[in-house]
Amino acid sequence: MDVFSHLATGFSVAFLPLNLLLVLLGCFIGTLIGSLPGIGPINGVAILLPLAYALGLPPESALILLAGVYYGAEYGGRISSILLNVPGDAGAIMTTLDGYPLSRKGEGGRALALSAISSFAGSMGALLMMVICAPILSQFAVQFGPSEYVWLMIFAFTCLATMVGSRPAKTIVGVLIGLVLATVGIDSGSGVLRFTMGIPNFFDGVDFLVVVIGMFAISEIFVLLESWARNDLGVRPLGKSFVTVADLLAVKWVVFRSTVMGFLIGVLPGTGASIASAVAYGTEKRFAEGKNEHFGEGDIRGLAAPEASNNASAVGAMVPMLTLGIPGSGTTAILLGALMMFNITPGPLLFEQRPDIAWGLIASMFVGNIALLVMNLPMIGLFVRLLSIRQAYLVPVIAMLTFVGIYSIHGDSFDLFFMVLLGVVGFLLRKLHFSLAPVILGLVLGEVLEVNLRRALSISGGDWSVLLDGPITYVMAIATVVAVVAPSLMRSIKMRKLLAKANEVED
Amino acid sequence: MKFKLRILALAAGLATAMHAAAFEPSKPECVAPAKPGGGFDLTCRIISNGFKSADLLSTPMAVTFMPGGVGAVAYNYINSNRRDDGNALVAFSSGSLLNIAQGKFGKNLDENAARWVGAAGVDYGAVIVRADAPWNTLAELVAAVKADPTKYVLGAGGGVGSQDWMKAAILMKSSGVDPKTMRYVPYEGGGEATAALMGNHIQIYPGDVGEMVGQMEAGKLKMLAIMAPERLEGEFADIPTAKEQGFDAEWTILRGFYLGPDVSDDAYNYWAGQFDKAYENEAFLDTVHEKGLIPFKMSGDKFDAYVKNRVGYMRDLAKESGLIK
Repeated sequence: MDVFSHLATGFSVAFLPLNLLLVLLGCFIGTLIGSLPGIGPINGVAILLPLAYALGLPPESALILLAGVYYGAEYGGRISSILLNVPGDAGAIMTTLDGYPLSRKGEGGRALALSAISSFAGSMGALLMMVICAPILSQFAVQFGPSEYVWLMIFAFTCLATMVGSRPAKTIVGVLIGLVLATVGIDSGSGVLRFTMGIPNFFDGVDFLVVVIGMFAISEIFVLLESWARNDLGVRPLGKSFVTVADLLAVKWVVFRSTVMGFLIGVLPGTGASIASAVAYGTEKRFAEGKNEHFGEGDIRGLAAPEASNNASAVGAMVPMLTLGIPGSGTTAILLGALMMFNITPGPLLFEQRPDIAWGLIASMFVGNIALLVMNLPMIGLFVRLLSIRQAYLVPVIAMLTFVGIYSIHGDSFDLFFMVLLGVVGFLLRKLHFSLAPVILGLVLGEVLEVNLRRALSISGGDWSVLLDGPITYVMAIATVVAVVAPSLMRSIKMRKLLAKANEVED
Repeated sequence: MKFKLRILALAAGLATAMHAAAFEPSKPECVAPAKPGGGFDLTCRIISNGFKSADLLSTPMAVTFMPGGVGAVAYNYINSNRRDDGNALVAFSSGSLLNIAQGKFGKNLDENAARWVGAAGVDYGAVIVRADAPWNTLAELVAAVKADPTKYVLGAGGGVGSQDWMKAAILMKSSGVDPKTMRYVPYEGGGEATAALMGNHIQIYPGDVGEMVGQMEAGKLKMLAIMAPERLEGEFADIPTAKEQGFDAEWTILRGFYLGPDVSDDAYNYWAGQFDKAYENEAFLDTVHEKGLIPFKMSGDKFDAYVKNRVGYMRDLAKESGLIK
């Protein structure tokens, strides 16, 4: 088959000593960058790009290095999410929800190992899908229009509606805060500046990463400071737990579903790892409902789903980049820019004209993911021991890293002030028992929803029927209805069965 | 080999430095008001690489990044912190100028708050449709749109008031259709808009010539007209301009550099002189081509006047289309 000869070409490029070295280096730097709060894959790739250019690397080697940083960061992001409750990058927000409770119970090692294996499975599964059906998928990505995006977002919102089910009012308020933040910036539909208060830094909207780090990392620092002031900084149990075969078997279908979802969402231009992990988490929570689920309190399914999904989406984002020359995510947009700097025109002809670049990159991703797993598993003990560092030393280090990371995005101190302000707001919200994840999801999903709803309506001239047009929209609309109705339906069926049983007993 | 070249370049640079005028940049820097890999990064690379290969720099030029509002953040930053820093060249595009014209650079900063010093090159607007679209000339397309302006959807990589929107509006105006009746869909960047065109969500994409280099070869899209004053050379020589086809629709995408408003005449003239030397240098012109631009040779006071004139023209256009009052 064609695919194998192409892959052989690819591996012959990937196994060149220089490229092998670079893929390892890229993955290592990526893990590091991902694990540092504040610096995500976008910044990591952006920081390394000028360096790769200055070193005079050949284009395929530079791309292999930068892509290694990209998917390596999706592995690294989980570490600080699980251990410190501070997402290392945007795709790892959902990982905090069940990862952190696990590490509080002293099962940090188990959580880290399980998430590493989920990440690996997600990446590998996505790579296989990419090799087998990249051309069809690029067609799918192009067919996915504004109406389809609207449904995807509505589906995501309904799945997440139950996320913090015990406090529905507070969840709604959290989502609304996120939606308000999403409206800041130049409105592309009318060209009007919305809620920018004349500050040019807000013209492009609120930077997503600043919000994530402010709300999570800075508020976490305040929480730690508070418990330090009250003198009740307890020592957290370390534990020597590790993942078991039973754990892996328990999440195998979760990982499978999340990989497929994450990959498909990654393929779509305009949606990335944060949306992929949110949708996977929400869907799995729906699936698990009533089945002994304790999502949000350290359920391994809630940990495996977002990790498999965000890694799969990083691979998926490469599909439109390589086949169509269209970025599938923010980071691949920078990778595309990198190709342009090397005078290579990315686009439909890349596979034909420069198979060494396209297939070399794909082959290097197989190598890189195996390297990442091998690199990550033995280091878990080391990571977990981070927690034995006294908080008095740990907190200033986290603070320093976040400040450096955020400053590196725009090189403007404005972001630092804004981040601290958001940290204070985040801290107050936590004190009032709000969950912060809905705020972030409101921001991410809300923006995509608004933009695409308006695109759909300006295409149809204000006719709402455009939202139900074509097979993909039907499927997604049905999925949304099922997500809304299914749990209560299941519950009533169960109740009826119970009642019937009770009646039988009475008889 | 590369290292040796660098030493040679350095030596040559030092030699010229001895004879140079009063001003000599100590730490030349190009500020790209975008993320690495973005359009402004490429603009900066034209001078950081192009000047180097033309032996015009004694010290290598660093590229720094300051994304935000198509250059608004950098414009404000230069105006408040580095008004007289002769080391810092800042990249801009006609997209930035359009926002200045609409007062979107904030705090009453207009085109007089900078010293426009030299051009990197130009690109032109292009009317792009799917390869299987029923139209083969601009006239056919315009006739179809005129018959029912709401039937076909235009989309491009910027919001209402951006230069992508402006290209669409100018095209409509030149064909006698009121720009307010057109259906325009904003996307985030040219990549998303190209995807939407391929997926048939939009039918007409007023994009740029430069970004279409690989796409045209692949045969999925076709270019009906180039919005340039005259025909281009090379790959696009066969595609007629809008003007040739009888439509007065021109859009030049200008990319260039400015210095802070209080930079000394010495420094300003030094950089203007360097641009003049670069325009005569083959290695520099090659770099311009490599980055997908067409050379545009203008610098110093002439360029400053040209940019201010462009902003004035854009302000009129924005008023006409009801973007500003």
